[in-house]
Amino acid sequence: MEQILVNGVYLGAQYAMIALGLTLIFSLMNVLNFAHGQMYVIGGFVTYTIYGQLGIPFVVALFASCFTLAIIGALVERYLFGPVLKRSAREESSMLLAAGIALLLDAVILLLFGEKQRGVPKIVDGVFNWDFRIIIPYDRIVICCLAIFCIVAFIAFMQYTKTGRALRALAQDRVACQLMGVNVDRYSTIGFALGALLAGLVGGLLVTITGVNLGMGTPTSIKAFMMVMIGGAGVISGAIAGGIILGFLEAFGLAYLSQYGDITYLLIFITLMVFLAIRPQGLMGKPWG
Amino acid sequence: MFVRLLKLTLSLTLITLGFVSLSSAQNPVLKIGFVGVTSGPAAAWGISNQRSMETRAAWLNELGGVTIGDTTYDIEIVSFDDQKDPKRAIAGMEKMAQEGIHYVVGPNVDDGAAAVRPVAEAQGIMYFPYAFPKALYTAPASNAVLGMIASYQSGPPIYKYLMDNEGVSSVAFIAANESDPLSQRDNGVEAANALGLDIVSENVTYQVDTTDFVPVLTPVIRTNPDLLVLSGVSPANAPQLIRSARELGFEGIISTETAHDARVLQEGAGDLANGFISVGGASTPEIASDAMKEFVQRYTEMFGEYNDESNTKVYALEYILETLKANPAAIDDVNEFQKTMDTFEAPNPFMKGDAKLSYVGMTSFGQKRQVSVPMVINVYQDGQFETLFVGTVD
Repeated sequence: MEQILVNGVYLGAQYAMIALGLTLIFSLMNVLNFAHGQMYVIGGFVTYTIYGQLGIPFVVALFASCFTLAIIGALVERYLFGPVLKRSAREESSMLLAAGIALLLDAVILLLFGEKQRGVPKIVDGVFNWDFRIIIPYDRIVICCLAIFCIVAFIAFMQYTKTGRALRALAQDRVACQLMGVNVDRYSTIGFALGALLAGLVGGLLVTITGVNLGMGTPTSIKAFMMVMIGGAGVISGAIAGGIILGFLEAFGLAYLSQYGDITYLLIFITLMVFLAIRPQGLMGKPWG
Repeated sequence: MFVRLLKLTLSLTLITLGFVSLSSAQNPVLKIGFVGVTSGPAAAWGISNQRSMETRAAWLNELGGVTIGDTTYDIEIVSFDDQKDPKRAIAGMEKMAQEGIHYVVGPNVDDGAAAVRPVAEAQGIMYFPYAFPKALYTAPASNAVLGMIASYQSGPPIYKYLMDNEGVSSVAFIAANESDPLSQRDNGVEAANALGLDIVSENVTYQVDTTDFVPVLTPVIRTNPDLLVLSGVSPANAPQLIRSARELGFEGIISTETAHDARVLQEGAGDLANGFISVGGASTPEIASDAMKEFVQRYTEMFGEYNDESNTKVYALEYILETLKANPAAIDDVNEFQKTMDTFEAPNPFMKGDAKLSYVGMTSFGQKRQVSVPMVINVYQDGQFETLFVGTVD
């Protein structure tokens, strides 16, 4: 049981990190960013190149991943989503654009980083083993702590800084924000860049454990959407709750159902469908959007 | 003055164009197809196929082309990404038929290879899948030729070797939850049972997009097997599985029946991958010929990095071209190709010694529908593969 709980915390922390950026972008722009997984993959590859290939310290590589994705996010918002959202009121326009960006990024990743699975040296060696009741490598403990720290830092940023308050206001009511003198265009770009930065950050963190390959983007996006659906679209605390719930469901399912084959995700999907039928807005979302 | 200058420029342009078209049309072109997965998580399988073919084709073209009968051809590789989707694989095979192509390498996976069979047989296309279902190669199926060693051919010798040499007596299997790995797991379980191994875990599977295997492997490692078989594991998942198993304290042997890349293992698992047993091709130093070494060098120059999976994937194009050389009438008639397969034999350029290219498969399929490639069982050690033993398939 101890091992399952540890696995749940660890998986939940990394999933929550993945979902945060996606839900931030959704709350600010009402955009389902299908390219979120690809942004995560690029973050992983940037860290791989700088830390794994060039031998530059991991922290520098992590900052480079964040910076690269923030730039990509800002450019994508400024030159793609921004103009499309201004010119088209139809939601499918932004959805198609997001899907197109995901395909484009997949092609760019293949071109720049190749088709192979990539990995980097461990940031911490060794395994914590408590009498074979809890076995967890130290690098997972470090990444889990870093993920929790990043989540707390992100919440503090959103809660206590001027930019964070502006972003929250923008998420609540765009028109009211504009009337209050908030530069909506500027903060939309900042918000999208921040969402992409989070994808880059988690990609850079997790490449040390899971490695990275060009096919990881779409499955990552799907999992992130599941977490957002569980917690409630556009709600930061909902994304965190969704991530942690999914992490624990997966840990318990893999521990108790593995002898029956791969039915963990089958049951998770069935549970999710029933749950959404009863509460379509998720745990913390509002029914009116 | 201006008119003269214009005429001169026009004449020079026409002459240049004439030279260019003459030089590029020196040889007629023989198109060989590739239908396989070159995107998504399994992209490494198909891309290593495609790049092997492109490398060899460029090399042969540089040497002046391939002479089949009285005609010398330049080889052109026509590729189609089936995205590991059987419907797309069918579309790819239909595209090959529309282009008049009779010889296709791929698809890479079981369901894709099964899906294209009706198209290939109706359109007169011989295809070389990297998929293991026996029905594809057993009569009345006629047009598929297995391009590598199947798991049910390499698994039993590996288990036997480990029983005899390493004292292995118990085994656990883990596979991704999709058709190829599951069927390879079932074949492995059957072989292990036949050899009298104690199977301590066989039902644990994982989602193909799993990135962290500690929770998946925990119940398997608790069964404490001597041998952990990663059935049909993809190159993307192997390092993570190995690393997680070792970190969970597993000290036994880890093996698989698929081909892998040494650099991927090194980056993903480091020293934890030492001792990992997989199936390889022809590039280990013990058996690689000078031609194989040159192939690796050319591939690296063309694409920046070699992929060890190409050790087996270099062969399919060679078999197609050498068989066509042996019977030029087969160039647009696959029935002629099939007739030639029964007696075909040519020198194997990629192996040292007097190794031959020939078609095999009588034992497994009752007809010669498999290329004879060396069954090289590799063990990973400190960043490279070493040959554990070499077997053959008849």
